[in-house]
Amino acid sequence: MPALSPTMEEGTLAKWHVKVGDSVRSGDVIAEIETDKATMEVEAVDEGVIEAILVPEGTEEVKVNTPIARLSGEASAAPPQSQPAAAPAPPEGEHLDAPPAAVTEPRSSPFGGGEPRSGGGGQPPQTSEGKPKPALRDPELPEGVKLVKTTLRDALRDAMAEEMRRDETVFLMGEEVAQYQGAYKVSRGLLEEFGDRRVIDTPITEHGFAGLGVGAAMAGLKPIIEFMTFNFAMQAIDHIINSAAKTLYMSGGQIKCSVVFRGPNGAAARVGAQHSQDYSAWYAQVPGLKVVAPYDAADAKGLLKAAIRDPNPVVFLEHEMLYGVEFDVPEGDWVVPIGKARVRREGTDVTITAHSRAVGLALEAAERLAGEGIEAEVIDLRTLRPLDHETVVESVKKTNRLVTVEEGWGPMGVGAEVIARVLEHAFDYLDAPPARVCQEDVPMPYAANLEALSLPSVDKIVKAVKAVCYR
Amino acid sequence: MARGQASSTSKRKKNDTGVISDNTDPMTQESLLKFYRDMLLIRRFEERAGQLYGMGLIGGFCHLYIGQEAIAVGVQSIKQPGDQVITGYRDHGHMLACGMDPKEVMAELTGRFTGSSKGKGGSMHMFSTQADFYGGHGIVGAQVSLGTGLALANKYKANKKVAFTYFGDGAANQGQVYESFNMATIWKLPVVYVIENNQYAMGTSIERSSSETHLYKRGASFRIPGEEVDGMDVLAVQAAARKAAEHARSGEGPYILEMKTYRYRGHSMSDPAKYRTREEVDEVRKTRDPIDHLQELLEQKGWADEAALKAIDAEVKRIVADAAEFARTSPEPELSELYTDVYLEAAQ
Repeated sequence: MPALSPTMEEGTLAKWHVKVGDSVRSGDVIAEIETDKATMEVEAVDEGVIEAILVPEGTEEVKVNTPIARLSGEASAAPPQSQPAAAPAPPEGEHLDAPPAAVTEPRSSPFGGGEPRSGGGGQPPQTSEGKPKPALRDPELPEGVKLVKTTLRDALRDAMAEEMRRDETVFLMGEEVAQYQGAYKVSRGLLEEFGDRRVIDTPITEHGFAGLGVGAAMAGLKPIIEFMTFNFAMQAIDHIINSAAKTLYMSGGQIKCSVVFRGPNGAAARVGAQHSQDYSAWYAQVPGLKVVAPYDAADAKGLLKAAIRDPNPVVFLEHEMLYGVEFDVPEGDWVVPIGKARVRREGTDVTITAHSRAVGLALEAAERLAGEGIEAEVIDLRTLRPLDHETVVESVKKTNRLVTVEEGWGPMGVGAEVIARVLEHAFDYLDAPPARVCQEDVPMPYAANLEALSLPSVDKIVKAVKAVCYR
Repeated sequence: MARGQASSTSKRKKNDTGVISDNTDPMTQESLLKFYRDMLLIRRFEERAGQLYGMGLIGGFCHLYIGQEAIAVGVQSIKQPGDQVITGYRDHGHMLACGMDPKEVMAELTGRFTGSSKGKGGSMHMFSTQADFYGGHGIVGAQVSLGTGLALANKYKANKKVAFTYFGDGAANQGQVYESFNMATIWKLPVVYVIENNQYAMGTSIERSSSETHLYKRGASFRIPGEEVDGMDVLAVQAAARKAAEHARSGEGPYILEMKTYRYRGHSMSDPAKYRTREEVDEVRKTRDPIDHLQELLEQKGWADEAALKAIDAEVKRIVADAAEFARTSPEPELSELYTDVYLEAAQ
């Protein structure tokens, strides 16, 4: 009795199309079998003569792998170690009598059946993010290095230009990246320097050009795929997740996909619900992707250079509202490792985590709180996958209180994950339930007052901090 | 069959774009016998895969290529080293035609560590960088954008390679196919789109799903030349593929080949195929079978007597039996494999 669907365990032998003594060839329909879903025709896969019918027509509840007929006259050409001649009809039954391993061997669970894990159910779930290397830290600023005031926009451009000079396989593709100089002018000057072979204007066709980029990466190039905003990347999310993130695994490590998907993410100003959304949590959930969301221009440059060099697919989330902001950026080949958070402000009373634009709000809130006698430690997560929870946990062990800030929605969000990890690793250190500051749980409104009300703000952060400090 | 169809019996002539097919004669005894052997290998392999599925050794979805063998074999017979092949989930035949070892293909089907993806991909997700085979993709139509991206890389590298991008009549209705067609033309990418029109997208016939059922015309809005080919005739397939590949390789851009074919089995193993009659299937098997067709030609030409064909049958049978035995007895992946191949280590 063959299994005719992924879930079939038994079936009814509805009809025999052959009788004892009939000769069958491969492809001949020999029987009909009813499952709970359908009636299926069963074809022979080899030739021979039906020697015996073991399960008569009309028999119900025949278990999968029960021999239903026997073929004789094993073709002379078949070697002795050959598999049974017909799908439902084993010649001798010597192979089929033993139930197939894949069906009956209990699958051992990676957590339950393999290596016993100390601590049992109390252990946090393993992630594939890997252990952060202890040595992972920002490069030391060389003696006498010049810090140059640079907008975040130009820092991103400089990162791309430097990597394109360094590696001939790096190219930029997206809407308006070349002749128009970038919808947000991030790619200004790149066409002039690198030409249209390496700075490629695409039609408005996100699904398609994301797929082309991933295909080119599979063939060994290192594309930077710019989305005009990550809102439009929803058209392409199948390629980011199904094609880019999963292929290394599905190919057993053969197909490398070194690609950067970048563009502005999160709330812009007064553009309404479809153009204002933070996708951090969406991408950060997917194994196989790395997800980066920098705040200042030095990190933006250093992390983008690291992302371009990374052999894995990286989702690089920028913020439109920061493009024009100037920060100090070290001159030269400034590369910041992916996977390391940064303590932006030290404090003793509460830990605030944030990424991207929300870091600025958190820093402002911390200044205000300091005026009221609360010293907040502000941690810029910078990378969301792999998430550097060690830095957060170490901070919470010191401050005993936690507030998370993000522009995305709260449920199932980045803050939820940060809090979960702190609970797993530092539960006993908490003096108050953690709090989340996020976008209100509504689509982004257009009206200025509602828009402001819906987003995280300095006021909201201050209020949340006071709540966890019982002040 | 419709007009304008390429066929091995008609003289090759100038195509729409004026590229002249090469005039080497593929009709040699050696090449025909190789076609016969390669197609038979795919058929017997797939029959055995169906059997292993029935035994519970292959899980999940399993889409068999039986009936369509002439396409992968014919197209890939003109593949040059470095030309890429990419397809959807009905991929076993393409892999075998790429020269991949039947053992590692079958062992992937049974989810064993010796499989081409260490057992982590399964029937729909198999790859071989060595054989220039880029999958094996489970999302209908995704391989069209990815294949066009392989062609983009070829153009970028100026390596004169062609990306053979297969998809079915079902995928032909996905939007990203046309996004890809558009870019392939504006950038003149070296890609050959091979549409395997087996008449049914799962259970929906092409007449029910498609406003233009002549899929070779689907590139017209994108200025992509297309032609209809008898996909049950391996020689017609080879001739058309050769012409299309020359077009793409010479920098003229993409080319569409619509292969008219038929799958004998259901969409996947669990499909009873009630949307068509048994008579319809039998008629195709009786009158258009690609392997029978080639066997007749070989006999007509006096290039293979019964004994010669029997010897090929025996060889194929042995290869498939060995592959099945290998796939049945190879170990499953170590549990430690669960967390490998998720990320590559970044250079510090």
